[in-house]
Amino acid sequence: MNEFFTLMKSELLVTAIIFLLLFIKIGKGMKNESLLSLVQVLLLLNFIAGFFFNKTGNLFGDMFYTTPLIAFQKNILSLAVYLISLLCSDWLKKTGHLPEFFMLMLSALLGMFLMISSSNLLIFYLSLELATIPVAAMANFDLEKKRSSEGAMKMILSSAFSSGILLFGISLLYGTTGTISFPEITAQLDGSSVQILAFIFLVTAFAFKLSIVPFHLWTADVYEGSPMAVTSFLSVVSKGSVAFIFITVLYKMFQPMQDMWYTLLVILAIATMLIGNLFALRQQNIKRFLAFSSIAQVGFILVGISSNDYMGIAAVVYFVLIYVFSNLAAFGVAAVIAEHTGKENIDDYKGLYKTNPFLSWILALALFSLAGVPPTAGFFGKLFLLTAGGAKAAYWFILVAALNMIISLYYYLRVVRAMFMDKNDNPMEPIKVSPVVKLALVICGAGIIMIGLLSWIFEYIKSLH
Amino acid sequence: MMQPGLYHILFISAALFFIGVYGFLTRRNLITMLMSIELILNSVNLNFIAFNKYLWPGKLDGLFFTLFIIAIAAAEAAVAIAIIINLYRSHQSIDVENAEDLKY
Repeated sequence: MNEFFTLMKSELLVTAIIFLLLFIKIGKGMKNESLLSLVQVLLLLNFIAGFFFNKTGNLFGDMFYTTPLIAFQKNILSLAVYLISLLCSDWLKKTGHLPEFFMLMLSALLGMFLMISSSNLLIFYLSLELATIPVAAMANFDLEKKRSSEGAMKMILSSAFSSGILLFGISLLYGTTGTISFPEITAQLDGSSVQILAFIFLVTAFAFKLSIVPFHLWTADVYEGSPMAVTSFLSVVSKGSVAFIFITVLYKMFQPMQDMWYTLLVILAIATMLIGNLFALRQQNIKRFLAFSSIAQVGFILVGISSNDYMGIAAVVYFVLIYVFSNLAAFGVAAVIAEHTGKENIDDYKGLYKTNPFLSWILALALFSLAGVPPTAGFFGKLFLLTAGGAKAAYWFILVAALNMIISLYYYLRVVRAMFMDKNDNPMEPIKVSPVVKLALVICGAGIIMIGLLSWIFEYIKSLH
Repeated sequence: MMQPGLYHILFISAALFFIGVYGFLTRRNLITMLMSIELILNSVNLNFIAFNKYLWPGKLDGLFFTLFIIAIAAAEAAVAIAIIINLYRSHQSIDVENAEDLKY
């Protein structure tokens, strides 16, 4: 019994917060401001509690397992949700359904926790659905906006379609192996053509969720249509959790097929980086721009995954940690500007430095980190990913990835140039950033710089193995 | 009379799956697209039941999986229909061709 509470502690904590919100909702209710601060404090406690009592073990007849590394991955996701609740507090205060919003968001988070910990295809499927269905409802949260409902429609249809494909793959896998538990499937894999078909179906479903080219088409539309809080949740938390479970599925379940998936990952990674970068070049809307940039970043994550050793896992976890800070800083600045002025185009950012130096510096730092310019943490994240990807000695592959980083510099620096150098006769008014948002932006900025400089963080992730 | 075997059922489920995929990709009405997804999910259910009955009758993994898929499909349809109703309120149509604000 005691083991149950220690091993499932993060899931139980999130569930407790969801129920608390439910009781507040059906009870007398609270004012938005006080409820938001309460939720922020609870999420912070949830994040801090994630550091303690992390043990290895499994529950429910091997359906659920956890290790210190998985606990660390969950902690990254909790941190991201906490930062989102701070960054988007201006928008959240105004929304009429604050408890529902957090209930949906935390249900999705709970689904992601269970998904990362799953060791059985049944619980994996259930938690994957728990992680996607609430997000579609969240995408429609701006009920009166046309674009919001259009984005939500695209999200729910593509995710339902991809889970149908996933299920067909799982059913074929079950038919050929007779089991749905990861380790037993690994023992039964013999590379027959039905299993290869099942593998392709599974990878397709993952490609949908991670928005890997050629299954990326929903990403930009959903990102643009959704409210900013949901967009940042989708791009950071959803992507991160699916990347973690993708590693588990490839490294553990499909280990016998490693030659096959290595080739597949190389092709997918090159296509994803190239197409994400080329489409990002011509975007005018900042949300769409960040959407395509996040597609390109997923391509780099795939480079790291292709290594098939522990260095790959450590590099991906480290990169996701950096990605949380840099992407949330970029989305946070965009959210503040969109909330106060309603402007989302990159052209509107011209001359931002004259009037809003703080926001410009944070956004510039975030974009430098996303591009991978040395003093920021993004450089070290990319460095480790490419080092891990080089384990197979396919140096032309690493060269293509490095060339893609140069392409990406162009469009990231385009935004920086618009903010700092372009002349604009009527730039945006000075925006008064509320203290909570400022705190979150400073945390993100500090994270971007410090994570790269403190080498023990990467050593710590490597030691969790 | 010939008893239906595993291959007959697999043939039907594969056909249902690809009819569903075809319908999802060609239909322009959102409700019909949702129905196509249900076809895909039901083909998966058939697959699980057939594999469980003919190949692995000892354990009930496939049967349980089917029960969970039915429940999740209902939840998914509920959220999707709520979103479609909201889309109809703003666009006055449930044709995907009319939901084209977000492009490129």
